[in-house]
Amino acid sequence: MPPSTPPTLASQAPSWALALLVVLLGLAAVATANRLSSAQAPIALPDLVELGPGAFRYRDPADVWRDGQPTSAPLQSIRIAGRLRIMRHQVTAADYQRCVKAQACLAIDGAIDGAIDGAIDADATPDRPVVKVSWRDADAYAAWLSRSTGLPFRLPTDREWAYAAGSRFADDAEPADAQGADPGRRVLARYDKDVDRNAGRDAGFGKTPQPIGTFGANEHGLLDVAGNVWEWTDTCFVRTTLDALGAVEANVVNCGVRLVEGRHRAYMPDFIRDARAGGCSVGTPPSAVGFRLVLDAAR
Amino acid sequence: MPMDWKSTLAAACLCLGGFMPAAAAAEALNLPRQKIELVAPPYVHAHEQATAAGPKIMEFRLVAEEKQIVIDDEGTKLRAMTFNGSIPAPLMVVHEGDYVEVTLVNPASNTMPHNIDFHSATGASGGGDLTLIGPGEQVMLRWKATRTGVFIYHCIPGGPMVPWHIASGMSGAVMVLPRDGLKDGAGKPLSYDRVYYLGEQDFYVPRDAKGKFKSYTTHVDAFADTMDLMHKLIPTHVVFNGAVGALTGKNAMPAKVGERVLIIHSQADRDSRPHLVGGHGDYVWETGKFANPPQTDLETWFIRGGSAGAALYKFLQPGIVAYVNHNMIEAFELGATAHFRVEGPWNEDLMTQVRAPGPLQKTNLER
Repeated sequence: MPPSTPPTLASQAPSWALALLVVLLGLAAVATANRLSSAQAPIALPDLVELGPGAFRYRDPADVWRDGQPTSAPLQSIRIAGRLRIMRHQVTAADYQRCVKAQACLAIDGAIDGAIDGAIDADATPDRPVVKVSWRDADAYAAWLSRSTGLPFRLPTDREWAYAAGSRFADDAEPADAQGADPGRRVLARYDKDVDRNAGRDAGFGKTPQPIGTFGANEHGLLDVAGNVWEWTDTCFVRTTLDALGAVEANVVNCGVRLVEGRHRAYMPDFIRDARAGGCSVGTPPSAVGFRLVLDAAR
Repeated sequence: MPMDWKSTLAAACLCLGGFMPAAAAAEALNLPRQKIELVAPPYVHAHEQATAAGPKIMEFRLVAEEKQIVIDDEGTKLRAMTFNGSIPAPLMVVHEGDYVEVTLVNPASNTMPHNIDFHSATGASGGGDLTLIGPGEQVMLRWKATRTGVFIYHCIPGGPMVPWHIASGMSGAVMVLPRDGLKDGAGKPLSYDRVYYLGEQDFYVPRDAKGKFKSYTTHVDAFADTMDLMHKLIPTHVVFNGAVGALTGKNAMPAKVGERVLIIHSQADRDSRPHLVGGHGDYVWETGKFANPPQTDLETWFIRGGSAGAALYKFLQPGIVAYVNHNMIEAFELGATAHFRVEGPWNEDLMTQVRAPGPLQKTNLER
């Protein structure tokens, strides 16, 4: 995908803005500790949806520049060869809380509705997705769930997520104007696309997580795909440089920034828990960020 | 005329009197009258930048409105107080020597007394002493615009009501233009193709025990908690035009490359440091008063709390040009961001991306 795709923190804020975020939010990340748990209480297997092999149309999320100008990655037909087993619903606050109690996940301010400063209310909202989790938090959860169940859970790649999302996957092609040489037209095209995309986003689309199932199921039975909670993927930020003929000259990978999927794509630094826009960063960030995991059949 | 209302109000906010002086004899001024329909900011009512006509009596109507508004995209609610329903209140434009005749209305549906202090007016607390009215009353004030510039106006009903009403949204601005228009430091005329009025506002919304913003059934219910928070002087929101995002996205302010835009900026409480990201202040009246020569080519300027300033800028590049309080914590985290949406051709001479982002070049590594 394109440079603008998800006009969010990493993708469009100037580097100094990103640096500011890093400074402001870095402290929260430093703590993401190695409180590895020795607790091995039996953990129920999450409810998984299994998708068979298949093909689908997909656009690579890389930030692609061709002959010095931003462009969209091509829309390709992608084959998924094996089975894909993915959580039917996003990891809930109650799920995450079990990991916290096992001292394998960090308690997060406000991660559970009604909780602050790590103090979790007994009557929190266990049936809602956990939000305000960073990629690092999600990764720690996957590691703990894998240890607890003896099964290899991990975050999905963007391709896997898109395959499972099915008809709810949003192809973020660049507007035509966003691909030219004129930086002014590019930023306006992306800005207008973002404005249109979010025109109807208001009631029910705030930051507060809703009960599991609020946004319904897709054709595969996955719940709440592209609802108001975006989901971390394992996919790193990639900048692809093409020559004038479209041949790849270089790929630069930055795994400090991961792709977040939902109603639109967004790139976020892996320690950020709550996407925000502001100042000269252009674009609407995800309302809230949570995650769901896949069971890695290959491992 | 009872002038002890300040102390009365300080003790209990719901007192008031119907003791305004009789309307002065406006008829004594044998001047033409012009009635202005105010418009909500960031827009400004139509006006002449310079005028060959003589002084007029300019008639305006302001209605105090107490209401609940939403101030961010998380749905945080504020018990707001406004003039004419907007934060900031509308910009009123007149020329030096004009008389400003304001009818202030306090509808019966309100619960509190309101009045107005015009910084551009002379005497009686800028008119505050002569305009205090309770719900179900109205009053008319006339003052002469003797000094040019942009000046704020705000509610000043006495005691703790003053900071509370202002922090709830009751301020706006008046622009008094020289009769022959704006000039640079050498006396050369300056004009603008568009004018926008940005009111920067700090809000103080109390949180509950769990850290969530509280909402209140009535203004009076909100008072004590809000004042406690205001005493700490750290706002929960700093916004342009009443809400986070009020001037971004679909509300971004349109402009074109080559247009000269006059940006008027007021802040009734706190200092601010406006900055155009990727632009400049061609001519800036930092203190807002046109009898002083404007500063030129500024990167960031300063709006003193309790004042308004004006900056004139000709847009030279298309794109989204952010207008921020360059305390970036306030701009990015608290909301003090507005966007200009500028159309037109890119100027390659002013800026060009010589080489697109890509992998490190060998020459760089060797250095």
